[in-house]
Amino acid sequence: MSDVTRAEYCVVACAEAWRDGGEILASPMGLIPAVGARLARLTFAPDLLLTDGEATIVRPDGTAEGWLPYRKHLELVTGGRRHVMMGASQIDRYGNQNISCIGDWAQPTRQLLGVRGAPVNTLNNPTSYWIPKHSRRVFVEKVDMVCGVGYDHAAGARHHRIPRVVSDLGVFDFATPDHAMRLASLHPGVSVGQVREATGFDLVIPDEVPYTREPSEEELRLIREVLDPGTARAREVAA
Amino acid sequence: MGDKTMTAEEVVSRLRSGMTLGIGGWGSRRKPMALVRALLRSEVTDLTVVSYGGPDVGMLAAAGRIRKLVAAFVTLDSIPLEPHYRAARERGAFELTEIDEAMFMWGLRAAANRLPFLPVRAGIGSDVMRVNPGLRTVTSPYDDQETFVAMPALRLDAALVHVNRADRLGNGQYLGPDPYFDDLFCEAADTAYLSCEQIVDTAELTKASGPQTLLVGRHVVTGVVEAPGGAHFTSCAPDYGRDEAFQKRYASTPWPEFAARCLAGDERDYRAAVEEDV
Repeated sequence: MSDVTRAEYCVVACAEAWRDGGEILASPMGLIPAVGARLARLTFAPDLLLTDGEATIVRPDGTAEGWLPYRKHLELVTGGRRHVMMGASQIDRYGNQNISCIGDWAQPTRQLLGVRGAPVNTLNNPTSYWIPKHSRRVFVEKVDMVCGVGYDHAAGARHHRIPRVVSDLGVFDFATPDHAMRLASLHPGVSVGQVREATGFDLVIPDEVPYTREPSEEELRLIREVLDPGTARAREVAA
Repeated sequence: MGDKTMTAEEVVSRLRSGMTLGIGGWGSRRKPMALVRALLRSEVTDLTVVSYGGPDVGMLAAAGRIRKLVAAFVTLDSIPLEPHYRAARERGAFELTEIDEAMFMWGLRAAANRLPFLPVRAGIGSDVMRVNPGLRTVTSPYDDQETFVAMPALRLDAALVHVNRADRLGNGQYLGPDPYFDDLFCEAADTAYLSCEQIVDTAELTKASGPQTLLVGRHVVTGVVEAPGGAHFTSCAPDYGRDEAFQKRYASTPWPEFAARCLAGDERDYRAAVEEDV
């Protein structure tokens, strides 16, 4: 399957975040995680709950099966029955994430969204991250504002877990003794040197780095014909 | 049971500079924009604004009416970053109390329940604690001994919310998919002002919809304003969606120019300005 695009590897890598999640809400932010969550729901994770992006829980065919306005969404977060994949304007080696502002918080050079639900998410339900353009501007030594809590700030909080970070270059996890970020897989066509070059801190790199798994024929068909026939994914990650 | 109908100008005449003002809706959704526009036409300033922020915050910040903002985000949804809010923040135009979305909800709940605080599993470990050095924590008195943020009550002097229908007594009905937190804003406030697309007879409210759509109770409402298009340009499902073209115009026009063209006159002038070709 040499014709698999980088965006399609990213879709599969995001989908894998929800494997074995059980009957929980998959909350994808960004187009490729959204396609990934729906791919997981249609294949190996049929129990997942998905929303229409507003207040309705929907089956893959669009049939409503539940109501989830913001207040109930927050209840579901604190109940832990959710795995969110958020974005990050900055992320560091321990998984601290920033979407609030760049520079000094008191008077930022660039005001961004604000902390949103990152503090509550990271203390209550598994929180993964999706970064469409892996660069030293995003993978930084130290984030300017800790919104999503990383392992070094979590003090072993009982429900804190960052299963994975997916970028356009590879998949990363925190399966190291001190929970420092580790290269878990490379998307085919990417080199270790490329990842190192694009990362602003010392990444843990195992001796053997596997490639991100190939999509099956059926998964490729679903991505191309059912979930994203207009190839919007190529606008988030170029082939 | 009194008739609580009033005009947007009458609502604003009851607001004072220095007040803590809660504004309902979420992002660029069902914001009480007609009331915000009336506020912008007044001299009321020096406000502490409590909001799941959208263009309400952008406009009030641009106009220099905010002394302090309590928020978890400010966004126009389809335009992720609110340009006028950004500009105001980057020039340090007001004080910010930045908290998480859940902390915000717990703060409103505490106020609605007349509690000084509620414990919340959010904020610990994040820089929300660094930038809000006044926030206290509380340790569970039970065996688990877990530490939580003691989110202080977000008590409001006044709340402004917009819903689809209301009666003259102040019973408010939402017909869209999400109540947001508008009932909580009203319950957390000493006075609450409700604008709506249409005022109808009480019996009319439940003719086509169940009683669970009656989101806001008259016992927490001070005034009711009939304001058709009162959430414009934010969405007010199912009555209308967001006016994306006008929102783009708002986001891309320098504030003084936008204010002069769209906010100088009354609500009728505003509607006329909306209809203008750009």
